[in-house]
Amino acid sequence: MSTYVVKGAAPLGAAPTDLVLEDGVLAEVGTGLSRAGAEVVDADGLVALPGLVDLHTHLREPGREDAETVETGTRAAAVGGFTAVHAMANTHPVADTAGVVEQVWRLGREAGHCDVFPVGAVTVGLEGQRLAELGAMADSAARVRVFSDDGRCVSDPVLMRRALEYVKAFDGVVAQHAQEPRLTEDAQMNEGELSGRLGLRGWPAVAEEAIIARDCLLAAHVGSRLHVCHVSTAGSVELVRWAKAKGWDVTAEVCPHHLLLTDELAATYDPIYKVNPPLRSAGDVEALREGLADGTIDVVATDHAPHPHEDKDCEWQAAAFGMLGLETALAIVQQTMVDTGLLDWAGVADRMSHTPSRIGRVSSHGRPLAVGEPAHLTLYDAAAPHTVDPTALASLSRNTPYAGRQLPGRVVATFLRGAPTVLDGKLTG
Amino acid sequence: MNRHLLSAGDLTRADAELVLETAGEMLSLADRPIKKLPALRGRTVVNLFFEDSTRTRISFEAAAKRLSADVINFSAKGSSLSKGESLKDTSLTLEAMGADAVVVRHWASGAPHLLANAGWSRSSVVNAGDGTHEHPTQALLDAFTMWRHLGVPGSHGLDGRKVAIVGDVLHSRVARSNALLLKTLGAEVTLVGPPTLLPVGVQSWDVATSYDLDSVLPGTDVVMMLRVQQERMNASFFPTVREYSRRYGLDGRRMATLQDHAIVMHPGPMIRGMEITADVADSQRSVIVEQVTNGVAVRMAVLYLLLGGSEPALATGLTTTGLTTTGLTTTGPTGGDA
Repeated sequence: MSTYVVKGAAPLGAAPTDLVLEDGVLAEVGTGLSRAGAEVVDADGLVALPGLVDLHTHLREPGREDAETVETGTRAAAVGGFTAVHAMANTHPVADTAGVVEQVWRLGREAGHCDVFPVGAVTVGLEGQRLAELGAMADSAARVRVFSDDGRCVSDPVLMRRALEYVKAFDGVVAQHAQEPRLTEDAQMNEGELSGRLGLRGWPAVAEEAIIARDCLLAAHVGSRLHVCHVSTAGSVELVRWAKAKGWDVTAEVCPHHLLLTDELAATYDPIYKVNPPLRSAGDVEALREGLADGTIDVVATDHAPHPHEDKDCEWQAAAFGMLGLETALAIVQQTMVDTGLLDWAGVADRMSHTPSRIGRVSSHGRPLAVGEPAHLTLYDAAAPHTVDPTALASLSRNTPYAGRQLPGRVVATFLRGAPTVLDGKLTG
Repeated sequence: MNRHLLSAGDLTRADAELVLETAGEMLSLADRPIKKLPALRGRTVVNLFFEDSTRTRISFEAAAKRLSADVINFSAKGSSLSKGESLKDTSLTLEAMGADAVVVRHWASGAPHLLANAGWSRSSVVNAGDGTHEHPTQALLDAFTMWRHLGVPGSHGLDGRKVAIVGDVLHSRVARSNALLLKTLGAEVTLVGPPTLLPVGVQSWDVATSYDLDSVLPGTDVVMMLRVQQERMNASFFPTVREYSRRYGLDGRRMATLQDHAIVMHPGPMIRGMEITADVADSQRSVIVEQVTNGVAVRMAVLYLLLGGSEPALATGLTTTGLTTTGLTTTGPTGGDA
């Protein structure tokens, strides 16, 4: 295995230093370092971050290989600076058995672009009727710790209570897609003045907030861990803040698109902007940024949701929900959080690497940039403005809402266990 | 005017008045033995209906035929569940056939917007009703009907006229388009219905709202009753049909509280006994049948103006070269008692 000497990178934006990556670990940190026969990476002016960890990725395999595969999705992850992703369970078949989660885990190992941690379904077939074999998935080779019916809400309060209780046996966490189903039947966009004008069925904030409030109370009642997926409203931030103030073990994530885009984009009727939960108001965006800055929201998660072209090239109402996120996440976080002064690079490392690893109980990722730690590393150029070109994405799908937008920076290199998956902004394999 | 008619909100006051004025000229055709103009000879108008609506389709068909256009009716039924041929492929097909205008009715809000802006086709797009969004030609024919009864001669506006739109505003594309257009024409609109059937955020529409029909009727010049769709009746928007009728239906007793000159409108199809009683629908105040007649004239005006040529040439072209040579005269308001 090659040794890499990274010259002049700024760890978490601090003073530039050299990093030696050897035998899969960070072997030495300091100035003027060299190794005989080592590959030298000029990282002058680049920020060094621990490899990013996504708690919320849709890799679509098995079942929708026309949208994404484990291979293409993990390539997209590496390009985005991620060294680990959590693959959501809403595949076909659903990842609700040890067999399916082990298949996804094995596909991730074979692809080798980043580590893949499968998320297990909470209920059989995501049907919300009875618990899936959570213990079997936890004990499998995939060692599942995050369970979610994402795409659907575990709306039955009894089932949610049981799931929260049951996962305590193996230190699992239930990641809830908070969406009250009856309040959101055929919902198309954020419910507000604009949905009324556009004649698109509204997805009210209360449908998210009511579930979050209930689940926080349930988690407290049974003494378990709750993770709230993709919070999108100011009210949700308030509820999570309240639950944390109570000392309850509640964590939450926000998606990059909810930190930047607003529901005004629905006026184009272009379904590239159709996502679940929907884009919200500017006030919600503001509250989400503040919540992420003050730690109320623990992590940024992409909800990377690839869809084939025809599922987005149609009427809004007929289009699929979801947008790509892996390859643009860090740049969006820079634009919305770092360049605005809300978060420093240490904060970014916390929200995009340390804390997602901790929530997912992934011990090998999200470690500090210190000697002896696994060499998962992301080198990022925060002064590399560029325009997003959908055709240049590593993902199999093209449904990025940022096409033609200028982003402030880009990932230059990603190292997984000391080996580069991306160098000079290009995939190595 | 724009190349497309997608939303009543896209019309400036000058645009809207031009349509009404042109519709007046078109209407005078109806009294002639030969109800046909050569204006769109050789042009192709496609009625593209993804949702059944016989009355809207035949109205557009009659309008296009009276302008001598070739008309193709294309029924592409399907829902979000059973998609059938995609909007894109249908659009590409029509483009390949050389459609000059596509009149589209669709179950999805925004479908005409997509058709006009997705780059699939170069045709003019006329929104003939999209989902729960808009139905701009219905608003134009409604405004035309109001103007014929309540307008001031010499103007095509409705300044200061009070219009109550009553019923299921939430799901009504007619109400949305009317609210936008009537505001442009200077009318004062009040949306009336149970709180469950008024859209969230309606406060920002720059119209008045009321939950109490009885308090609105004595002051209004126009009362427009909206249809209540069958599927609303089982979705808890209101308790029962009878209660809805009692609170928001227009019956003879309520009609008696209207001012003498006030008119009663309905975009059809009506549910007699639900939102409107038979005696009201058939009364002297009712202009519901007239709305249908005016619909053809207004749609003729829209097609003519969209396909007739470049913007400044339209108004002059119509009155100086087009219609006057065929001997048409303008039909103005007839006063408040027609």
